[in-house]
Amino acid sequence: MSAHDFKKLRGSVAIVGAAESDELGKLPHKSALQLHMEATRNALDDAGLKKSDVDAVFTSGRNMANDLPEYLGIRPRFVGGTQVGGCSFILHVEHAMAAINAGLCEVALITHGESGYSRIAMPAPRWGDDSTNNQFELPYGTTGPATGYGFLATRHMHEYGTTSEQLAEVAVATRKWAQLNPKAMMRDPLTIDDVLTSRLIAWPFHLLDCCLVTDAGGAVIVTSAERARDLPKQPVYVLGTGECATHQMVSQMPSFNKWEAAEVAGKRAFEMSGVKHADIDVAQFYDAFTIVPMLALEALGFCNAGESGAFVSGQRTAPGGDFPMNTNGGGLSYTHTGMYGIFTLIEAVRQLRGECGPRQVADARVAICHGTGGVWSASATLIASNEL
Amino acid sequence: MANTYTGPVPKPTPETKPYWDAAKQHQLRIQHCRDCGQHYFYPRPLCRHCLSRNVEWVNCSGRGRLHTFVINHRPPRNFPVQQPFVIGIVELAEGPRMLTNIVGVDADPKQLRCDMPVEVVFEDITDEITLPKFRPVQA
Repeated sequence: MSAHDFKKLRGSVAIVGAAESDELGKLPHKSALQLHMEATRNALDDAGLKKSDVDAVFTSGRNMANDLPEYLGIRPRFVGGTQVGGCSFILHVEHAMAAINAGLCEVALITHGESGYSRIAMPAPRWGDDSTNNQFELPYGTTGPATGYGFLATRHMHEYGTTSEQLAEVAVATRKWAQLNPKAMMRDPLTIDDVLTSRLIAWPFHLLDCCLVTDAGGAVIVTSAERARDLPKQPVYVLGTGECATHQMVSQMPSFNKWEAAEVAGKRAFEMSGVKHADIDVAQFYDAFTIVPMLALEALGFCNAGESGAFVSGQRTAPGGDFPMNTNGGGLSYTHTGMYGIFTLIEAVRQLRGECGPRQVADARVAICHGTGGVWSASATLIASNEL
Repeated sequence: MANTYTGPVPKPTPETKPYWDAAKQHQLRIQHCRDCGQHYFYPRPLCRHCLSRNVEWVNCSGRGRLHTFVINHRPPRNFPVQQPFVIGIVELAEGPRMLTNIVGVDADPKQLRCDMPVEVVFEDITDEITLPKFRPVQA
């Protein structure tokens, strides 16, 4: 298969199982690996598969691709450890699809577990003194995502007149979805004024522009479309995928008024899928901060550059709006462990199976997931459907 | 001064040492590619644009524009500044962008503007390490 034949991958694999850990939230009684294990068990049950069916493991985090086979007692013949931050798990679907199509494996487990809040059995996050980060960013008092993500919000405000109120629209709409999801951590009513009067974390971000920090796990199972049809639940076919990485330190980002990695990822996902924007019924866009799904809307072509502020205004992405986005309550109100990407996949699967109860998007046929990793560093896009 | 600074202190590597040596002399030095003609930052032995080995160190004008910024209201633990401060991305006149602090101005979004002209200043944080920072150019 040559590079221009990627469209042949369309619909070749399906997500057949998806689940979180037994609990989500503040879990000081559970290690990161335990959260992986619970999510894996639940996703296999959801798929109607056994541990012995799994022959490929994909995960992210330091040493995790070694930890997981040991902890779960699995001996995979394909190992995926791509770690580009929170969207890694969306990339893993593309990598699993490639491996399954190449005949290297049949049933892929993609798993995430992170004790993001309680920090139980988590690797130390410290950069070395001679790392590029500690030479060129940390001496200036950066605090990771909270400072890194804001640079694009400030530039967007300068170039396009985007306002803090427009950013707050995203937080408020997402909270309305969370109120319909019993698993969401934050379910109290929220107003735009609440967001604007919450304390500043890193201007232009207020506290309520920022995602939660939680403990949770999540996992999905991917197999060939052919095998998926023999399993008990509705297969969620992968129609298109794309990925890209451009930098590690935010100061090295190619542009500060657009998200180039997301443009690359989204372009291939749409080309592979053959899906048009108007065909998308529900969107799961990684919302580490309110500005992130807004720039995804622009980069993926749902609106033009600079128009995302207007796009999200009037609660357009809330329940009842014409662009249902982050229907689980997102990283802003449902859960955000640190690497949220897996949860975009889980919610897309549930929406396409019609399992979402009061937050179900009526007749959802096509879903899009999109994630960021690092500080706008990497992107992954996935388009999926319950029909081919 | 040597042991009192509480913030992160860069440890140079072989390829970044000329940059830090220059900063200690209060000079902002970056690299320039003789083949493709472009400047780049941070330091690397081969051109980050075309991978040429034909690169040289050049002194910067020290002038640039504030491309974008945030105001950090939650300083890192033990960071020397414990009130809100400005972190900026400066686009140097020579082209490359670098992350820095904007000093000499209130940490107030009304006092700052994307694309405002800025110039380099130097802060000696230890006997060995000097941090280039930037301030608004006085009108």
